[in-house]
Amino acid sequence: MTKQKVTLALTAVLVLGMLSGCGKKVPPPPPPAPAPIPDNNPPSTTKPNIAYFSAEPTTVTVGQPSSLRWSVTDATSVSIDGGIGEVSPNGRRGVYPTATTTYHLTATGPGGTTAADATVTVSAPPPPPPTVTVAQPTIQEILAKQVQDIHFDYDKSEVRGEDQGILQGDASALKTVFQMDPNFIVTIEGHCDERGSAEYNLALGDRRAAATKDALISLGVPGDKLKTISFGKERPICTEPTEDCYGRNRRAHFTAAQ
Amino acid sequence: MRTITLSLSFLFFLGHAYAFQAQADVRGDINKAGGKPNVAVPDFRATGTAAPGLMAVFNSTVQSDLQSSPQIRFLPKTLYPLRIPQVPGDFATGESEVNARPAPTPGFRLADWAAPPASANWLGIGYGAEDRGLFVVFGYLYTTSPQITDLKQAQSFGKVYTGSLDQAGAIDAAHHYAADILAQFGGQSLIGSRIVFVSDRTGSKEIWVMNWDGTDQHQITKYNSISTFPSVSPDGHIVAFTTYATGFPAVQLFSLDTGRKLPFYNQRASMNAFVAFTPDSKQVVFSSTAAGGPAQLYMANADGTNFHRLTNSGVIEVEAKINPKTGTDLVDVSGRSGLPQVYKMNIEGTDVERLSAGTGEATNPSWSPDGSHIAFAWTKGFEPGNYNIFVMDVVNRETVQLTTNEGRNENPCWAPDGAHIVYASKRGRQSQIWVMNADGTGKHALTQTGSNEKPVWVNAEK
Repeated sequence: MTKQKVTLALTAVLVLGMLSGCGKKVPPPPPPAPAPIPDNNPPSTTKPNIAYFSAEPTTVTVGQPSSLRWSVTDATSVSIDGGIGEVSPNGRRGVYPTATTTYHLTATGPGGTTAADATVTVSAPPPPPPTVTVAQPTIQEILAKQVQDIHFDYDKSEVRGEDQGILQGDASALKTVFQMDPNFIVTIEGHCDERGSAEYNLALGDRRAAATKDALISLGVPGDKLKTISFGKERPICTEPTEDCYGRNRRAHFTAAQ
Repeated sequence: MRTITLSLSFLFFLGHAYAFQAQADVRGDINKAGGKPNVAVPDFRATGTAAPGLMAVFNSTVQSDLQSSPQIRFLPKTLYPLRIPQVPGDFATGESEVNARPAPTPGFRLADWAAPPASANWLGIGYGAEDRGLFVVFGYLYTTSPQITDLKQAQSFGKVYTGSLDQAGAIDAAHHYAADILAQFGGQSLIGSRIVFVSDRTGSKEIWVMNWDGTDQHQITKYNSISTFPSVSPDGHIVAFTTYATGFPAVQLFSLDTGRKLPFYNQRASMNAFVAFTPDSKQVVFSSTAAGGPAQLYMANADGTNFHRLTNSGVIEVEAKINPKTGTDLVDVSGRSGLPQVYKMNIEGTDVERLSAGTGEATNPSWSPDGSHIAFAWTKGFEPGNYNIFVMDVVNRETVQLTTNEGRNENPCWAPDGAHIVYASKRGRQSQIWVMNADGTGKHALTQTGSNEKPVWVNAEK
């Protein structure tokens, strides 16, 4: 390798020395001017010719490519819209349209402008392959899992601001239930914590159930499918003397009507 | 015969009052019982074949009845003289000498009982026996007044009490003897009165009834649902309560005589509950949501017909209780000022005024039989749920606390004698029925099994 480089360098030096030695010679006379080319044809006025502009394939699904091909003569510039821009007179370009698209090719030359279209049709994707079918939840499952309890402050029966989200979830789940079975009736149970008197709590639980029903009606749940009942403090879900347990018992609970 | 006895005892009572004043100078410490007469009743003994066990039951029942009475002061037996007379013949020799001077071995002269340390104003004596298959007690009451020197005049009454030859018979005889003693001092007998209450001892809340002394507890309803909030007509015939047996809390009536259901027309409502009877037992006031909105007070006939509205407050109205004396006013529990408080209004639902102080939560009002006081449960000074029993003079609003640091105490109800209050006390996980004197003394439990609550004292049937 090193030997070859050295040889090339020496050759270059020799060639340079010979050229410099010729510098003192008289230059030869210039050649005669060539004969002018006869102007047989007038300046071209033909429009650019688009031999072809096509898409292959013409129908794809989303995400699949299509190839645009074109061939143009007599053009000084060729462009394709759709974000492709200036292209050479002959070429191909892959495109990935997300919807059916018509591409416009515009060829401009001394003789004018010519255009052509190529359309790529995007078809809907095929249905997904069948998977293991998930069973639709039953009304009982919706009631148990999607319709959540509404909770209340002590001695209060107004639905709290923080429970509005739960209430909306309950409303949409209940609407689903009533769509699944128009004859279904849901009972809203009003409950209280253990601290107030049993007597007052019976009336307070009644208010909590009624307030929950009214709030659901205002969210579009059909009121004639909602019953209310108060259990006062007769059916607690916990019995510890703690704020947490009291709070859990102050609730409106949803069950299938008997 | 009976009339003569009563008029004599009335005269002796006047005489006794004087004697009491005289004695107060000598033994002021013992007689500081608020002007109550001192009564001594030594244990009765059995003669013949009467079971000693029955006499023990008799003696403890008499003592319990007398100790729990606000009318008298029952003297401790340790203060009694050594010799115990059992029949009039045991008293010292000549009747004219009966109070002449103390006997050498004290006990057989009335003066022995009047003297310290017993300092009794009245002495009850007697004995028990079996007589042809029956339990028989001979019971007497004597005044020890020194003004009366004739033994026959000193005797207030002497009666024979008979019962079955078993524990129930002994208890029954004891109640009657104690009632006869208390009648001398204006005490109304509780004999024949019962207490209706709620018990979960079968696994669900049912209506139960027992004798006023806690004996003979038995079940009225068998719904296996929730049956609670009992009340009783003043004539003692009807128990009203609220049950979920038909799905929604609704009023139901049972006959206390037959144990059978009586007709009651429930309004179409999410709840009908808390029945109160008028003094004539012919009408009721109760809470209903028949018009929507919070439960309001309505009046109706005792079968639920002729239903009409009393209140329109826009807040919860529960636990109406009609004044048993006048029948023209009632108390209830209302949310008019926020947390529940006791309010008073007339029977038309107007002239509303708050009785309770407005602090904490005041619930469960109950009229005294004379309509002068209410007992109620109040959280005064404690956190929510920590109720105690209070009594309020309805006219001047003076309030006395009857329970303190004895658990959660609710649902007081006056006895027909105006001297006792039955209530529910929760000391631990379960509630039990307790009785106390209307001044807060003499507390004792009547139930032990399961959780028991919401007692209502039933008048003896009229």
